[in-house]
Amino acid sequence: MLLEELTAIAEKTRSERKEISVRCCMSSGCISSQAEEIKKALEMAVTEKNLGEKVEIRQVGCMGLCGKGPIVSVESEGLIYSDVTPENAASIIDALAGGKAVASQADPTHPFFTRQMLVVRSNGGRIDPDKIEDYIEAGGYSALYRVIHEYAPDQVINEVMKSGLRGRGGAGFPSGLKWSTVAKAKGDRKYIVCNGDEGDPGAFMDRSILEGDPHVVIEGMAIAGYAVGASLGYIYVRAEYPLAISRLQLAIKHAKRIGLLGDGIFDSTFNFNVEIRIGAGAFVCGEETALIASIEGRRGQPRPRPPFPAESGLWGRPTLINNVESLANIVPIINKGGEWYASLGTEKSKGTKVFALTGKIRNNGLIEVPMGITIRQIVEDLGGGTPDGKKIKAVQTGGPSGGCIPVELFDTPVDYESLMKVGSIMGSGGMVVMDEDTNMVDVAKFYMEFCVEESCGKCIPCRVGTVQMLNLLKMILERKATIRDLEALEELCEMVQNTSLCGLGQTAPNPVVSTLKYFRNEYLELLQPLPGEIIA
Amino acid sequence: MAVTTLKIDGKEVSANEDETILDVAFQAGIKIPTLCHIEGLTDIGACRMCIVEVAGSNKLQPACTTKVKDGMEITTQTARLKKYRKMVLEMLFSERNHVCAVCVSNGNCDLQTLAVEHDLTHVRMPYLYPKTEIDASHEWFALDQNRCVLCQRCVRVCDEIEGAHVWDVSGRGVQSRVITGLNEPWADSDTCTSCGKCVQVCPTGALSNKGKATGEMTKHREFLPYLAQRRHDHK
Ligand SMILES: Cc1cc2nc3c(=O)[nH]c(=O)nc-3n(C[C@H](O)[C@H](O)[C@H](O)COP(=O)(O)O)c2cc1C
Ligand code: SF4
Ligand code: SF4
Ligand code: SF4
Ligand code: FES
Repeated sequence: MLLEELTAIAEKTRSERKEISVRCCMSSGCISSQAEEIKKALEMAVTEKNLGEKVEIRQVGCMGLCGKGPIVSVESEGLIYSDVTPENAASIIDALAGGKAVASQADPTHPFFTRQMLVVRSNGGRIDPDKIEDYIEAGGYSALYRVIHEYAPDQVINEVMKSGLRGRGGAGFPSGLKWSTVAKAKGDRKYIVCNGDEGDPGAFMDRSILEGDPHVVIEGMAIAGYAVGASLGYIYVRAEYPLAISRLQLAIKHAKRIGLLGDGIFDSTFNFNVEIRIGAGAFVCGEETALIASIEGRRGQPRPRPPFPAESGLWGRPTLINNVESLANIVPIINKGGEWYASLGTEKSKGTKVFALTGKIRNNGLIEVPMGITIRQIVEDLGGGTPDGKKIKAVQTGGPSGGCIPVELFDTPVDYESLMKVGSIMGSGGMVVMDEDTNMVDVAKFYMEFCVEESCGKCIPCRVGTVQMLNLLKMILERKATIRDLEALEELCEMVQNTSLCGLGQTAPNPVVSTLKYFRNEYLELLQPLPGEIIA
Repeated sequence: MAVTTLKIDGKEVSANEDETILDVAFQAGIKIPTLCHIEGLTDIGACRMCIVEVAGSNKLQPACTTKVKDGMEITTQTARLKKYRKMVLEMLFSERNHVCAVCVSNGNCDLQTLAVEHDLTHVRMPYLYPKTEIDASHEWFALDQNRCVLCQRCVRVCDEIEGAHVWDVSGRGVQSRVITGLNEPWADSDTCTSCGKCVQVCPTGALSNKGKATGEMTKHREFLPYLAQRRHDHK
């Protein structure tokens, strides 16, 4: 493959485009509500109306407004249809020929769309994830070309450093620093691992990227491979994501076929291959050392760090492990430069972040927003408040490792440090809105149940501590607990946070700690008096 | 390997950089409580009894798996560490049925000794006591899951020293159980050589020789460092 060939593919694809593209979301969410039938209905309508010359129906990835899916968009006309059904789909085509669409429409000028800033999701909802030509037409693989032919490996790392990108898998570790550690580590072989285990309940940011734009992740991995000196990458995807897996498989096949993966990429000496590994759905396998054990074919259990994977990872070799969204940021960073990326966001949190906005909120779905936006802007402007006018009470971020942010603190900007300061974390991007009817002790119990289920059982504090914390939460909810039990719960939280082996245990108490911090009264109200104690 | 100096509990010690905090503390005569660690097997940092404070880091580190670094300042006994260790033990006693009075290892049990050392006089949490199995199918040995603390010493000794890899852990979280073979009765394991190493390294009465009455089971572990050294020299 040469640059001219890449350009030729892009031009040919562009010239074959029809005047009007009707885009039909074909990601897991919309498929589960009949997107396939809708696409067929759209295609039939085009044939019936004899519009085949002018109109094409294309499958695309997630467009974000998942709560109102299936979504169909006609960008050239500035139209977004929501809650489309196989029955009303044909009317969308009628509308193109002067008729009237009966499908409901979303307002593309609503802040839900206009306040977003699409960097990693810029191709999502625009290209057909199964067609490498679509990706190339959108500029795909030219970053890889430039990197191989115009950058020394340390220049690539420098660009990532300059961008200020931090890991999107939850911990927010500076990616450039990680890359340079792996590049400097000694090893006869190095590996890239893309972490697509995405196990937080309710989170689907990474799934939508893998389903909607698999090549941007593959290209990001290849660039990482070039930068740190690795020629093999693994994408670890959970088995519950069959569509993401099949789209990745196809994408890898296509990239190999035209020489964008394999030996001597772009006529250079750089070789890079990508393989998929499928996880069996244990949350803990998203933890990097457990994930590595799982790829090696061992029981997916974490081990103490150091040594960090950057020094000793897969089969004891230096391994760069990055989250899907982190890697999806690489191509835009190379294309537009580290400085451009660093101009987005706040001083210490650069770029954008994708969130899965769910819960008691009008517009639920995926949003990509610049770092530094406030919780209030997300919830009120993009999210449009609660669907039934109830009062919002709190927002939970970071899933089972995170915490609840009460409405009084909604002006907190979304950046790593600020969220930490208010007792939550950025996490991987789950954002659950809770209204006045939500019982916060119940919320804490929900997340603790999850941790009990998902604890691997290797270390004592997490294995037993999570069960005991859950027992105490249940006792409180059943109005069987006293202040002594609450004290025991708080002691347990502290012990489990400080002594557990891996992040799962270390963060498992967070939902309890943060609800206790902001909603202590809800706990106290449920307590029983101690024997002999009189409560006024 | 570079030689470094560091401080443990205020005492200056020298060490090689490939040594763990636990190794170096032991050589300096400083005792750090351990449970999953046993001399001669690879450490896995599972029990968390050996956590220590390292100056400059707010994260507690397990002494058994953390390598020393030049200039480290380590504290092994603080009120906080003692409290956490005691709670970890409390967790174990609340998890499974450790009624010492009726155990073959009464008086010779690492868990019991730790509990005494840490003043663990009672358990504040509800007992979980899951229904667990006893496997007495082996001709000479018995496994009582009620006493198992999931330290994986049996798993490691059988794999690393005997080379038979009979043991493994199945399930996860509190559902974790040690298993023999493909989760079959011990007697049906094709690979068990009946060497008895697993029984000897087990810290509690979970693995014992058959025919022992309460308190009669004592363990002999002298073989382990010796065999481990021989294996090491061979490599
Ligand atoms: C219990 C647990 C689960 C995790 N799950 C994921 C996950 O599903 N996806 C992910 O990218 N990182 C996950 N992580 C974080 C990874 O260990 C690791 O930090 C991350 O993949 C590094 O990539 P990044 O620097 O690009 O964020 C998890 C961590 C813990 C402790
Ligand atoms: S903290 Fe929990 S998940 Fe992590 S190693 Fe310990 S038991 Fe396993
Ligand atoms: S008796 Fe020996 S071979 Fe058999 S399980 Fe125990 S350690 Fe392994
Ligand atoms: S059987 Fe004994 S050695 Fe094996 S894990 Fe249980 S307590 Fe440890
Ligand atoms: S002895 Fe170190 S964690 Fe068990």
